[in-house]
Amino acid sequence: MHPQRKKRLKLILFLVIGFGVAVGLLMYSLSQNINLFQTPTQIANGEVPVGRTIRAGGLVVDGSVQRDEEGLAVTFQVTDGAATVPIHYEGILPDLFREGQGIVALGKLDEHGVIQASEVLAKHDENYMPPEVQDALEQAHEDGKQAMQGASATSSSYSISESIKNDGAY
Amino acid sequence: MWQWIVRLYHRLGSPKWFYELTSKWIFWLALLSVVGCVVGLVLGLLYAPADYQQGNSFRIIYIHVPAALVAQSAFIMMAVAGAVFLIWKMKMAAWVARAIAPIGASFCLIALLTGAIWGKPTWGTWWVWDARLTSMLLLLFLYFGVMALQRAIESEEASHKGAAILALVGLVNIPIIKYSVEWWNTLHQPATLKLTEKPSMHPDMLLPLLIMILTTYVLFALLVILRTRNEILWHERKRSWVQALPEMLGGGR
Repeated sequence: MHPQRKKRLKLILFLVIGFGVAVGLLMYSLSQNINLFQTPTQIANGEVPVGRTIRAGGLVVDGSVQRDEEGLAVTFQVTDGAATVPIHYEGILPDLFREGQGIVALGKLDEHGVIQASEVLAKHDENYMPPEVQDALEQAHEDGKQAMQGASATSSSYSISESIKNDGAY
Repeated sequence: MWQWIVRLYHRLGSPKWFYELTSKWIFWLALLSVVGCVVGLVLGLLYAPADYQQGNSFRIIYIHVPAALVAQSAFIMMAVAGAVFLIWKMKMAAWVARAIAPIGASFCLIALLTGAIWGKPTWGTWWVWDARLTSMLLLLFLYFGVMALQRAIESEEASHKGAAILALVGLVNIPIIKYSVEWWNTLHQPATLKLTEKPSMHPDMLLPLLIMILTTYVLFALLVILRTRNEILWHERKRSWVQALPEMLGGGR
């Protein structure tokens, strides 16, 4: 290669790599600010100040959704597997909101440790399948559970449909 | 093999060679993109089953994902062309970079708009400032910056240089877009199509998506070739080989 071209090539590589490293360091130091939401563990650890607007994200705990009988108010718990945090919200929930679904709520932590949300967004995972397949997976999951209970096996009934539900929530 | 690549590389620097070579390709690329688009969309919109969670609204994936992929690939291609221009002073590379910029920006805009339309029914919002959406918006602004620089400076050489440097610097945004959903908590879900793992999508839904991705790349190639040919005609308009072209003999004189 022509020496001058070699020099220019080196200069360009230096520019691209140098800039990449600089931006990488910047992103790394800002990663707490770039995260869209705080996890229930972070909130339980007291990393979130009371009264400041934050986003909390996690899976809606099965059976925790309590709807107000008169208004649109709803209370539910979200979990990341390690900790749970209660969320209170008044308004229209997105269509994908359901128990077991990943959600992100924008709101303030009050002194009782409840997040008073002003907006609830639903996350969806990266898995796409027809409803019949989902039903079949759930059926298989149930069958597997029963088989395990019948054989009085250990409690680890981790199956495909559960892994699908858990994957991609974070 | 290496000798062959070097020879091809030098030939690509010749506008006349490129122009004559691609004349025969246009028809086939156009045919392929029309057929692919019809087959992919019919399969995707009519035959693919609805999603277990999102119902029919997931079908916008057949536009959203191909557009987003091409928008990122186009930026990489533009930066590589810019580097070739900076290192070898090859004019063709600068013309190709100039041909790519508005096409890449269009695909980027399509990805952002379809994403917003998809976000409203599924997430419950048109827009959220999470890492994936913000870095994709930055990509659009980088495209606008490159396009502006390519035309801003009186001296063509200097404007090509500036645009090439911006494209190279902006390259750092591409891995950020790709890994944003893994490095940070985002509302956007992680990738469905992975290089190393099986895609997490039912085969009946996956096939139309793969057809649409390939088709969008073909369409992108076609558009870049058409725009590059225009750049060639404009820059070489005083050359005898251009003036002798049958398409230049019509009313254009």
